[in-house]
Amino acid sequence: MHAVRSALRSRTRSAAVLIAAVTALGLAASACATSERDDDSADDGEAFVFAAAGDPASLDPALASDGETFRITRQVLETLIDHESGGTEMVGGLAETWESNPEGTEWTFHLREGVTFHDGEALTGEVVCQNFDRWFNFTGTYQATALTYYWQAEFGGFAENQNEEAPEPNYAGCEAPDDLTAVIKVARPSAVYPGAFSLAAFAIHSPKSLDAYAEDEASGEGENINYPAYSQGEGHDGEIVIAGTGPFRYESWDKSNGEVTISRFDDYWGEPAGFDEIVFRTISDEGARRQALEAGEIHGYDLVAPGDVDALTEAGFQVPTRGVFNLFYLGITQESDPALEDLRVRRAIAHALDRQTLVDTQLPEGGVVATQFIPDTVDGYAEDVTTYEYDTAKAQDLLAEAGAGDLSLEFCYPTEVTRPYMPAPADMYELLKADLEAAGITVSPKPMKWSPDYLDTTRAGGCNLYLLGWTGDFNDAYNFLGTWFDGYSKEWGFENQELFDAMAAAAVEPDVATRVEMYRELNRMIMDFLPGVPISSSPPSIAFSPDVNPPTVSPLTQEKFAEGSFA
Amino acid sequence: MLRLIVRRLLQLVPTLFGLSVLLFVWLRQLPGGPVTARLGERATEADRIQMERLLGLDKPLWEQYGIFLRDLITLDFGDSTRTGRPVWDEFTQRFPATVELGLSAILLAVVAGIPLGYFAARRRGSWLDAGAVSGSLLGICVPVFFLAFILKEIFAVTLGWFPSSGRLTTGIDATEVTGFAVLDGLLTREWDASADALWHLVLPAVALSSIPLAVIVRMTRASVLEVLQEDYVRTAESKGLHRATVRGRHVLRNALLPVITAIGLLTGSLLSGAVLTETVFAWNGIGSFIRDAIDARDYPVLTSFILFIALAYVLINMLVDLTYSLIDPRVRVH
Repeated sequence: MHAVRSALRSRTRSAAVLIAAVTALGLAASACATSERDDDSADDGEAFVFAAAGDPASLDPALASDGETFRITRQVLETLIDHESGGTEMVGGLAETWESNPEGTEWTFHLREGVTFHDGEALTGEVVCQNFDRWFNFTGTYQATALTYYWQAEFGGFAENQNEEAPEPNYAGCEAPDDLTAVIKVARPSAVYPGAFSLAAFAIHSPKSLDAYAEDEASGEGENINYPAYSQGEGHDGEIVIAGTGPFRYESWDKSNGEVTISRFDDYWGEPAGFDEIVFRTISDEGARRQALEAGEIHGYDLVAPGDVDALTEAGFQVPTRGVFNLFYLGITQESDPALEDLRVRRAIAHALDRQTLVDTQLPEGGVVATQFIPDTVDGYAEDVTTYEYDTAKAQDLLAEAGAGDLSLEFCYPTEVTRPYMPAPADMYELLKADLEAAGITVSPKPMKWSPDYLDTTRAGGCNLYLLGWTGDFNDAYNFLGTWFDGYSKEWGFENQELFDAMAAAAVEPDVATRVEMYRELNRMIMDFLPGVPISSSPPSIAFSPDVNPPTVSPLTQEKFAEGSFA
Repeated sequence: MLRLIVRRLLQLVPTLFGLSVLLFVWLRQLPGGPVTARLGERATEADRIQMERLLGLDKPLWEQYGIFLRDLITLDFGDSTRTGRPVWDEFTQRFPATVELGLSAILLAVVAGIPLGYFAARRRGSWLDAGAVSGSLLGICVPVFFLAFILKEIFAVTLGWFPSSGRLTTGIDATEVTGFAVLDGLLTREWDASADALWHLVLPAVALSSIPLAVIVRMTRASVLEVLQEDYVRTAESKGLHRATVRGRHVLRNALLPVITAIGLLTGSLLSGAVLTETVFAWNGIGSFIRDAIDARDYPVLTSFILFIALAYVLINMLVDLTYSLIDPRVRVH
C-alpha cells in the first residue's frame, strides 16, 4: 500500500512538472509571438461581405472554369469585351470597339486610352498580345483541361501540344500595330468569337505579373495537378502578384478562414467602386448562408433557395430578379431503348409533361417554360418552333400509335445538389414522374449523387431519361446548342447527320446576322426532331441586406460589385 | 511506461498499413471518380482521358498503390485532386481548427457531464436526476446538424448573441501563429481576437458536445450508482472517513475509470460529428474538407486524411490509457 501511495505521489509530481513545463513553453512562445497588426487598420471603412458557395480554385482566371472563381476575378481583372450591366449584349471592355475581317479570322481590338494596371503598368496592344501568347505557349500541366478548360474550348490547343488528346490550336498569333491596337488571328472562323473575348478566363494581366508568373511552375505527376503558387496567393514573399485593371485589387486570400479580400483601386479608368473593400467568404451550406445574412454577418449571397425568396423579401432583404440565361431539360438517351428512337414516343413524353406547373411551383420568380434549347434572351431564339402542349390524352394516343403502351423507363435524377437551373432536382423529378405515369409510362427512379456518379452515368448513356441543364457563358446560341448537338454523343444516343452538318455550318459562319438566322432554323429543326424536352429557364436568385445599394444583377451572373455601395 | 508507448506505436504500423490498403481499394470501388468531379459537366471524352492519365488513374491499381507507398515513405502525401494543393498543406491548415473545436466540445462535455452525472446519481429520483436522464437521452437522439441549425436560429439569428458561422469576425486583424485562433490571440496579446475566436467557438462547440455530454452524463451516473453499492464505500463510511474523502477518493475515482475510457473513444468519434458541425457553421476544419473530398472523390485527400485521423485516434486512446494508469494505481502496480 505504501509503495502504491508513494508511486501515486511521484506520478502527481510528474504531472505537475509536465503542466509547469507546458506553461513555461507557452509563456516562452508568447514572448516570441508578436502581433503583426497594421496600426492604420482601424481607419478602414466597413467591408462588404459576400458569401460564396465555394472557395475559388485560383486567383488567376486563366486557370479556372468555375463561377465562384470568376465572381472574384471579374472584379479585379478585365476582358477586352464586356457585357452591358444587367444584360447579355456585348459592349466595350478594355477594347472600346472591335471588328473582324470578312472571313472572321482576324479580330482587331481598339483599346481604351489611359488604362493602368494596379501595379502602375500601362495597358497596350503589346500587353494584350503577351497575355494571349502566354496562354498559347502553356506547356506541361498547364495543358491539362482541369487548368485551361476555356483556352482549349475556345482557342483549341497550344503552340506545342504535349497531349495527344489536346485539340488542334485555332489561335494563330497576335500583333500590336500600335499602342492602342491588338490584332488577334485565328486559323478558322468560329461562332465562339467574339463572345470568347468576353470570358473571364481571358482577362488581361499586367506585364509585370506575367514576369512574376514565369518564376512559378504548375507541376504534375502521378496524382498531382498543382496550381502554381502565384495563383494561390502564395510565394513571392506572401504578396499577391496578380495585377489587373479592374475597379478592385487583390489584398489577401486567407485560406484558414476561407476569405478573399479585395480593395478599391483608386486609379481605375471608369467609375470608382462604391465599396472600400469586399470580402468573399466561403459558406458552402445553403442554410448557413441564409442564417449568416439574417444574423447580419454578411451583406449578400448567391444561389438563394427558391423556398427562401419570399421569407427573405418579407423580412426586408433585397432579392432582385435576374434575367434568364440558362436552360433546364429532360434528356432522352435514344439508343438506351428502341422505343425512344421512335419520334412518336418522344413527342408523347413531351405532351405528357405539365411544365407550367413545374415552373410555377419549383422555380423562383422570373422562371419560364422553355420552348426550345436556348432561352429567349439569346440571339437565334425562334418564335415559330413546334411546341408540345400539356395533353395527357394526346400522349396516350401517341404511345398507343407507336405500340409503346406498356413503356417502362428508368429516370435518373441527382441528389444533394442545386444547380442554378434546377433548384430542387428530387421535387422536380417527382412532378415529372407523376406526369409520365399519368400518361401510362412506368417510371423507375434512379437517384444518384450529382458528382461524379450522376454526371458519369448520364454522360455514358446509362439512363433512359435524365435531368440536366446549362448556363450560358455569352450571348451566342452555339454556346448552348453546340454543347449538345454538334455530333454524336452517348448521352443523347442518336445519329442525325443533317442536324450535325447544319450545326457545323453555323459554327463557322462569320456573318453574325446570317449565323443568327441559321440558329433559328436549327432550333426549328431540333424541336421537330425532339432529342429531349426543354423544360424551363430560370434566374438563380441573389440576396442582399437592406443596408446596401446592390449592383445591377446580371443574367450571366456577372455582377459588377463596383456598382454597389452602402445605403 | 516507455515500453508500453513503444509497443503501442509499433502496433500502429501494421494497423495503418492494413488501413491504407483497404482505403486504397475501397475508395476506388466507389462509383465515379475524381475526373468528372474535377472537370464538371462540361468536359469532353478527350478531356477525361487526358485527366485520367495526368492523375495516374490509368495505371493498374497495384502500381498506383506502389507509387502511393513510395511517396508516403518520403512523406509526400500527393496533391488534392479537387483543389490542386498539397494534401499536407490542406491538412495542416485545417487541423488546428478541428482540434480547437473538438477540444472545446470534449472539455465542455467533461466539465458539465461529470458533475451532472455524479449529482444525478447522488440524488437519484430527484428532479435533477430526471432532468439529466431525459436531457441526455435528447442529446443522443437529436441529430447534430439539426441541433446546430436550431441553436443558430435562436442564438445567432433571433437573439444575435453569437455569430452563426466562421472562426473569426470578417475584417478582424488576427495574427496567425499556431492556427489555434483563441491561443494565437493570447500569445500575440491580441485580446480582442482571442475573445472573438472564443465567441465564435461557443455554438459549434455546444452542438458538437451534445452527444459526448449525453454519454458522459449517463455513464457517470450509472458508474457512480454502481460504486455507491460497493462494500469498500460502506467500509470507508463506517470507518468514519470524512464524506468528501469518501466521495472524492473512493466513489468518484473508481466511478471515473469507465468514463475516461469512454471519453477517449468519444474524442476520436468527435471527428465524424465535426463533418456535420463544421459544414453547418462554415468552420474551416478537416471535417468540412473531408465532406467536400468525398463529393469530389478526392482519393489522395481521403486516403491521407483518414490515415491521419486513425493515427490521431490511436494516439488519443494511448493517452487515455496513460491517464487511466495515473488515476487507477492498480493498473500501474501491474
